[in-house]
Amino acid sequence: MKLPLMGVINLIHETEDMGPLTSARCLATVPFGARYRLIDFVLSSMVNSGMNKVAVFAHTKYRSLMDHLGSGSNWDLHSKQSGLFVLPPSIEDQSDFGKGDLYQFYRHRDYFARSPLEYVVVARSHMVCNIDFAKVLDQHRARGSDITVVCKEWPEAATGLTRKAKLDADGRIVDMQDHFGRLASDVVSMEMYVLRKELLLDLVDTSLAQGKDHFVRHAVMPRLGELKVDAYMHEGFLGVVNNIPSYYKHSLELLDPNVWNELFFEPGPIFTKVKDEPPTRYRAGSSVTGSLIANGCDIEGRVEGSILFRGVKVHKDAVVRNSIVMQNGVIGEHGLLSNCILDKEVEIRSDQQLMGASDLPYIALKRKII
Amino acid sequence: MHKSECIAMLLAGGEGRRLGVLTKDLAKPAVHFGGKYRIIDFTLSNCVNSGIDTVGVLTQYQPLVLNRYLGIGSPWGLDRRGGGMHVLPPYVRSKGGTWYKGTANAIYQNMGFIEGYDPEYVLIISGDHIYKMDYDELLESHKRNRADATIAVITVPWAEASRFGILSVDEDDRVVEFAEKPKQPNSNLASMGVYIFSWKVLKEALIRDEATQGSSNDFGKDIIPTLLEDGARLFTHRFDGYWKDVGTIDSLWEANMDLLEDEPALNLNDRSWRIYSVNPNMPAHYLSPTSSVQSSLINEGCVVEGTVNRSVLFQCVTVGEGSFIEDSVIMPNAKIGKNARIVRAIVGDGAFVGDGCVIGSADAAEIAVVGSGDRIEAEAKLEEAKS
Repeated sequence: MKLPLMGVINLIHETEDMGPLTSARCLATVPFGARYRLIDFVLSSMVNSGMNKVAVFAHTKYRSLMDHLGSGSNWDLHSKQSGLFVLPPSIEDQSDFGKGDLYQFYRHRDYFARSPLEYVVVARSHMVCNIDFAKVLDQHRARGSDITVVCKEWPEAATGLTRKAKLDADGRIVDMQDHFGRLASDVVSMEMYVLRKELLLDLVDTSLAQGKDHFVRHAVMPRLGELKVDAYMHEGFLGVVNNIPSYYKHSLELLDPNVWNELFFEPGPIFTKVKDEPPTRYRAGSSVTGSLIANGCDIEGRVEGSILFRGVKVHKDAVVRNSIVMQNGVIGEHGLLSNCILDKEVEIRSDQQLMGASDLPYIALKRKII
Repeated sequence: MHKSECIAMLLAGGEGRRLGVLTKDLAKPAVHFGGKYRIIDFTLSNCVNSGIDTVGVLTQYQPLVLNRYLGIGSPWGLDRRGGGMHVLPPYVRSKGGTWYKGTANAIYQNMGFIEGYDPEYVLIISGDHIYKMDYDELLESHKRNRADATIAVITVPWAEASRFGILSVDEDDRVVEFAEKPKQPNSNLASMGVYIFSWKVLKEALIRDEATQGSSNDFGKDIIPTLLEDGARLFTHRFDGYWKDVGTIDSLWEANMDLLEDEPALNLNDRSWRIYSVNPNMPAHYLSPTSSVQSSLINEGCVVEGTVNRSVLFQCVTVGEGSFIEDSVIMPNAKIGKNARIVRAIVGDGAFVGDGCVIGSADAAEIAVVGSGDRIEAEAKLEEAKS
């Protein structure tokens, strides 16, 4: 069944501090979970919820994004009636890049205006979760909310950079602050906002007319008194992945089979770009434990507590421990990796050793040879 | 009208009777192979990699699984405007219709489809074989020889020659004799069941064959011998790569085991000749702290907590703690409980093997088989192949 809900994955000024991992790509396409990109989680959730119209508001460094999303066919969004819309920023001069997201919402308003769908969910790409937006919309309608914000009770949070929200006894949001604020609360915002399309367009026009151009900061947060802004509590797994510690922490959490099952299958499967790699080959003498291994790998050495993306080679007597090796990485004979994150196509030559710390992984740039 | 120089007709109606419980609901081309693929993926990928963009797939026996798998050909890049992949089951005409009586009759019944593309050449292949072959080289040799038909051949051991269609050739590789499964072979060049015909010649031969009383309407038994008798220009094209007919439980098991060699003759990792398949889109597989995996192929979506040695695990297989799997093939979605022991066996897709079961053994004469969807309850023993 199709939901009367259209999606926006808003990549404009996403909060992030990913250092080298986003030097040549946007946060949305940071590789995660052995074969995915961050954006796959929210995009698959939307599709599995019954949404068939999703726009991605791209902003900067979006070559990898266009390459990854293609026609949308991997998410079943290559449809005649609606489907996937990747909308690059509409700018007149360089200074427009500095303007807030509402400015781009305004420039892309035809996307909203042309659709008969009544509701919009505005989301970000870096919330790693598997969520049913139909339930969010149900609650939104049942409670008569103006805006519903997907939130999570997350006392241990603190790793990724998240907005915090304070709720009253009825679950209405009474205060909300950016990640650097002093608001004390165990509830974090998952940056998914459900509202009527008409209200969104009103907020865009009104805010811009008032000289304000940030959706959450200027259109939502100052109106917590005037609009009924309610929280929808997400019960499933959440990883807020927008800095290195959170990337490393939430990646390694996938090595818990319960998390693996929940994140990748419940309530629906997570889709990504198909690569047609063969099954992974384990050779005689290999030893792999407590690890997540994608297809197309060729393993002769030892791998412990690690995540290998597609097409990684681990040669004889090499050891990979508590590390993340992205696509097509090569670990030479007698090489040693411990607490490392290797970006795509990094080659560790024979006998080389790389060691990071468990709270500060070593990061190798894309295509680096060590 | 879309004109193609060469189109492919892929015979995919094989029943695969000798694969027993593995083909009870599906045609042989749809049988799983190599941890991720179905047999037909190899020929379809060969077509695409050889630059052939128009493929007619002739289905007959148990087509449901196969039809659903093929869809509109997108996984192989065959959802094309103009050409692309077309599934061609037997159909009813105003004067009635018939089942495909033989391989040649299947093509005869689809002459209208072929004419629609007005091809110079037609490639005839079957969805029963595992191999990687550049059909463009076959076509080039066909053109170079100004042949009427070119047959791909492979050298087989003399001892096995009597199981194949055997061709004797002169010094120019022109066919001088063809014998179907000869008791006393004069050559060890075996037909791979891969033919290129000049369409005009084939069309005429098909019409004549259809009018011939008592013909079995088969390429190997009727079309080729008749063309040879008539003095047509028949040539062979030698192929020296890996080629296997996986028509029996033993050969299916062996072909899977062949992939576990250090340098397998069939290289699945060659990025210039990828084998495409319908992607299950499952997460990366998980090997638990209690797992041990060696000399094996494992596909996405698997969860392994036990020991896997010299085996092939398809997508979404789970292996419980304490279980031991050796020299075996475990097909998609099979669930293996705890402390089970599976040796020299094929476990069909969706099968369930309960805790403590023993399937097959290292010294058994036959490969043990658990049929697709079968349930083997806890502590059961299955050491002989099911009939």
